[in-house]
This record gives sequence, C-alpha cells and structure tokens, in this order.
Amino acid sequence: MDALAEQFFNLAIMQQALPLVLMGLQQTIIVCLVVIPLGLAGGLAFALLSRAPIRPLRWAAIVGIDFFRAVPPLVLLIFVYSGLPFAGLRPSPLAAVAIAFFLNTSSYYGEIYRAGIESVGLGQWDAARSTGLKGYQTLAYVVLPQAVRNVLPDLISNTVEVVKLTSIASVVALPELLYSADMARSVTFNSSPIVLAAAIYLVMLWPIVRLVSRLERRMAA
Amino acid sequence: MGSRFLDAFFKWELIERYFPAIMKGVVVTIEIAAAVVVTGIALGFALSILRSFRLLPVSALIVIFADVFRALPPLVLVLLVYFGLPNVGISLPSFAVLWLVLALVLAAFCEEIFWAGILSVPKGQWEAARSTGLGFVGTLAYVVLPQALRLTVPPITNRTLAITKNTALGTVIGVGEILNQATTAQSFAGNATPLMMGAVAYVVLFIPVVVLGRFLETRFAWRRA
Repeated sequence: MDALAEQFFNLAIMQQALPLVLMGLQQTIIVCLVVIPLGLAGGLAFALLSRAPIRPLRWAAIVGIDFFRAVPPLVLLIFVYSGLPFAGLRPSPLAAVAIAFFLNTSSYYGEIYRAGIESVGLGQWDAARSTGLKGYQTLAYVVLPQAVRNVLPDLISNTVEVVKLTSIASVVALPELLYSADMARSVTFNSSPIVLAAAIYLVMLWPIVRLVSRLERRMAA
Repeated sequence: MGSRFLDAFFKWELIERYFPAIMKGVVVTIEIAAAVVVTGIALGFALSILRSFRLLPVSALIVIFADVFRALPPLVLVLLVYFGLPNVGISLPSFAVLWLVLALVLAAFCEEIFWAGILSVPKGQWEAARSTGLGFVGTLAYVVLPQALRLTVPPITNRTLAITKNTALGTVIGVGEILNQATTAQSFAGNATPLMMGAVAYVVLFIPVVVLGRFLETRFAWRRA
C-alpha cells in the first residue's frame, strides 16, 4: 500500500513537477484553441458537401468522412509528421497536429452536423424560402440554429473527445500536458506526475462529461 | 514531382519487402481488438445490469468508474499502467496493458450506453411486466432488455470502432501492431512507403466497420428515445 502511494501519489514529486506540467497544460490549451475551431469549421464544410446538389461532390464528401473515420488519429498524425518530410514538406509538430486533427475531427463533426441538418424538417426549408429568404440565408438563419441545438450533446461530447485526443500530440514531441508529465516521470522514475496530469484532465473534462449526460437525459424527456 | 512522390510513398520493392511485417502487425491488431471488444462490451453490459438493481453505493461506484474512464485520455491510462505498475511489483506485458486499458475504457462507454437504453424503456413496461407475475430479473431479461438493446446497437458499434482504433496507441509502449511495424520499417527503409502500407491496412480493416455503423444507424434509427 505504501509502495502504491509512493509510486502514484508522491506529493513531493508532484510539487516538483507542477511547473513543468502547467507549462504543458498551457500548450494543451493552445492546441485545443487551434484544433477545435478548425474541426468545427471543417465539419460544417464536410456536412454541407455531403448534402451538395452535385452527386460526385456528395460522394467525395462521404468517402472522405468514412476514410478519415477509419484511420486511427495517431496513424494520421505520424503519417503527416514523419511521412510528409519524404515528400519534401517538413511540418512543425503543431502544424502536423493541426493537419491530422483537422482531417480526423472534421469527419466526426461532419457526421454530427449532417445528422443535425437531417433532423430539421423539410417544411422548415419550404417555409423559410417562401418568406423570401435565399437558400444560404435559410441555411444560416433557420436550419443551422435548429440543427445545432438538436445535436448539441453530440457536438459537446465530441469536443471532449478532441481535447482527450490532444494527448497523442506527445508522440510527435509537442510539449503538451501528457508530454510534460511523461518527461517528469522519466526523470523521477515515479508515476506521480502522470497522475497529476490525469487529475488535470479530470478537472477539465469531468464537469463536461456530466453536463453531456444531463443534456442527453433532458433531451430524451 | 510525380515519380518522386511515388518513390517516397509507393515504392514497389519496399511494399514487397515489408508486406510480411505489416501483416504480422495486422494479426496483432486484430487479436487485441477482438479481446478488447469482447471483454469491454461484456463488462459494460454487466455493469449496466448491476446498476439497474439501483443499490446506491454500487451505482455510485459504477458512475465514478464510467465518468473517470470516459474523461481520461486512453494514452494517459496506457502510460500510467505501463510505467507505474512495475514499480509496485506488478509486471504486465505491453499487449496486456493495452488490452486492459482499452477494455476498461470501452466498458465505461458501453455501460453508459446500455444504461441509457435501459432508462429509455418507459416505466409502464416495468409495471405491466411485474403485474403479470414476472420477477425483477424476468422483467429485465424478457421485457426491458429486448427493447433497450435495439436502441444501443448503433452507438455501441460507433464507440467500439473508435476505441479499437486506439490499438494504434500500443506503438508507444512497443506492442507490435500495425503502426509499430510500419514505423519500425519506415526508419529502416528511410522511406514513407511502410507508413502508407500501415495506413492502408487500417483502412482495409476498419472501413467495413464504418460502413456497417452507417448502415445500422439508418436501420435502427437511434433517436435517443
């Protein structure tokens, strides 16, 4: 039991590691601020393309969504980071993360937006158009607000997944939360820094996980 | 440009040379994925059944387990278990660490999905079944679960896919799965072709599941009832 406490909950080591881990947290937040807006925008583009009036466009969007949902994000990331240099491009860790996450998260957000748009009745389109709104105005002012509201729990829970996913950026040496904690672990030969990082993830994400569960139940009622 | 690109990503002799290694990785990925899927879904199901007895301390523990394993990044758990346990005298091989962590994460998500399914069955169904003389377990098994499970098929499929894809995380702790074989081969060959092969292997493996998930979604029309 003592060995367990010593190995995982060593307060002295946690205190030592805290400054490094907090610098990692800062990087994690920066990464989130880059990849979440990119994913939300890319997802909307994927969703709109998958409903485009031109059939090849629609198919391309759906093939793209399915392809990037089938490839593990870590594979995508390593491919971008250590594969692209062979084609003469040398992305920085942050750029590699941004590209890989853009492709992966856009396809997930895209599916969610698509389900949301489909949940809005066709009558809404007709009614909006008959008041004189143009197609894109109907989309922006009538359909999308309702669509987003209908799939809000899914959008939020996918965002939680994206935040969790930023931990794989450690594999390409981007000094985010997990990377910093793992550095501290390898220096101290003690797992407490990783427990510290886990606690930070929990503090950030647990309230949102709870919120999603409640939102889902409220929408069911 | 074109030939340089082909040379970097689709060099035929490298494809031939590393095909066996990638296939070895495919086998390892399938083995771990299968173990994770079976144990993770079974554990999640068992927990949701346990929760339906509504014993407060038990339910509270299950909720805490599910929340923690849904909120923590799997890679954090992998590193924690892989580097932490040996220091307290428990030594697990890396594939067992990967299996254990991913099975627990999948169980946490499945428990929530199954539980949502059980909750979605109206109370009247319970009361009606009980009034016909069925006991609690009989009601659960013959009336509630058959209705509840139908709704859970698409989300379970999608979640299972998302978590089995995480087998790629095994590369960080040296499990010889596809990504690990591909990156090793890439550093030997000094060429991105093995990485491309690895990516293709994943697509071939997982595209059928993605398409199945898409089909099930329309077929079972999960509307969070």
